[in-house]
Parts: sequence; C-alpha cells; structure tokens
Amino acid sequence: MNGIESKVAEPQTEELALVEAARSGDVGAFEQLIKRYDRNVFRIAQHITQNREDAEDVVQDAFIKAYRNLAQFQGNSKFYTWLVRIAVNEALMKLRRRKTAKTVSLDEDVTTDEGSMPREVADWSPNPEQLYDQSELGEILQKTIQALPESFRTVFVLRDIEGMSTEETAEMLNLSVPAVKSRLLRARLQLRERLNRYFKKPKRNGAKPQ
Amino acid sequence: MKCKDFLKELNEYLDGQIDVQLKTELEEHLQWCHDCYVVCNTTRKTIEIYHDNDVYPLPEPIRERLHQAIVTKCKAKSEHQG
Ligand SMILES: [Zn+2]
Repeated sequence: MNGIESKVAEPQTEELALVEAARSGDVGAFEQLIKRYDRNVFRIAQHITQNREDAEDVVQDAFIKAYRNLAQFQGNSKFYTWLVRIAVNEALMKLRRRKTAKTVSLDEDVTTDEGSMPREVADWSPNPEQLYDQSELGEILQKTIQALPESFRTVFVLRDIEGMSTEETAEMLNLSVPAVKSRLLRARLQLRERLNRYFKKPKRNGAKPQ
Repeated sequence: MKCKDFLKELNEYLDGQIDVQLKTELEEHLQWCHDCYVVCNTTRKTIEIYHDNDVYPLPEPIRERLHQAIVTKCKAKSEHQG
C-alpha cells in the first residue's frame, strides 16, 4: 500500500472557479462546494464531537463561516484543506464546551506506552470485514474508534480517513509534526488491538472469536 | 533490528514514505519476526477498513435540510453586501 489516497481529489482549476464565483456572491456556486464536501465535514465533526446534533451544527457553521470569510481564502492552499481547518476548529470548540461541563481534561487519557510491542498479536481472518454484515461492521468500527482518546482519534480521522498529509494535520491541530506522527502510530496500534477481538482467526478447536 | 525499532518505523513503512535502505532492513526483520509481520498486516488492514467504510454516512434528508439552512444564511449575507 503506497499511502492512503485522499477521499477528495478534484481538479484544482474547476474548484477555484467555483470559489471565485462564490466570492463574488454566487450562492449557487457555493452550493456546489457544499455538495462536494458536506459529507467529509460531517464525518470529521461527528468523529470529533461524538454527538450527532453537534456534528450537524458544525456542518452549518463551518460552511457559513467559510462563505463569510472567502475573501481571506488564499488560492495557494486547497479549498478543502481550508474548509476542514474551519470545521475542525468548530468541532473542537463544541467538544470543549461539552467537556468543560463535565470538567474532563481533553488529554487525560493519552498515557500509553509508545512504541512498545502490542499486548496481543493475533492474526486476523483473511477478509475480516466479511465476517459481519454491513450494519454490524459499522457498529464495530464506530464503537472501536469512539473508545480512542480524542487527541488520537482526531489525528487518525484527518490523516487516515480523510487523507490529509502529516503536515496539514499538524497545522490544523496546532501540533508539531513529531506529535502528529506519534499520535497517529498510537491511534493505529490501539485500533488494531481493539479490533482483534472481532477479526482474529478462530482458534483451531473451532471456537469463535469472542 | 529489534521489534521496538521496527515499530518506530511502522507508520512510515505503511505510508510508503521511507528510503530504500531502511525499507530493506524492515523487510528483513519481517521475514523472521512473525509478531511484527502480523502487527504490520493487521495495522494496514485497520487503516484500510476505516478508510473504505464510512462510519458516519450523512442521510439524504438531513443533507438537504442542512444545505437549505446554509444557503439561506449565505443569501442573507449576499443581500447585505448589496
Ligand atoms: Zn519484530
């Protein structure tokens, strides 16, 4: 596997034309941009906030904010990257607001041994996702990623699900590049470990994975 | 190379952002270390599964409602500008 391809790969020039049109007040052009990226923004927001209502609010607020600030958009970055930066900020604000209500620190649960060998090394079935039907699989994946600390989860979502680069992710989250790399590694390893119980090969005696 | 050293490079190895020399060393380790081989493959699979399955699809009726709300506010802004 040679890196994860971005979920959004659109011709730059066509998109810049839409941005230009939207900037001069063409709401129809902006609507094209909404249709192009709303699913990504929603997914990111839902992963960060873990709250459906908040995620829908983030979609609205992020696009409205983007529209109002189009004048500040510099053509040298991708519109999508710029939009996601706005959305991530909105989502983190929502999350913090909810968390302060519960007085929980955002990073309190991030102490894990970095780079140590995983506790359980079990091989998986050849096509583990086929062990479950689509809705079961969705639940498993959702439950598993929800259990990650927020700071790992957000890095994983931006980097591995949305296909941002390490540098873009670092900039968006105000983290250093090494910090992004270390969180990404821990996120990947923790997810892998947590998925073991669903995906590992059945034991020889025919026992099902627990 | 020890397992610990292999794990440190796992990200770069999986992302293919690694120089040829180091890649060779890592793959040598994989040839005899079953644990790292399994961790490497299942981590790669983990990334693929999350990349290929949308955990939070946005239902069409909600999309439409959101679009309308956004567009209405954007239009209001355009009118203010004149
Ligand atoms: Zn090893």
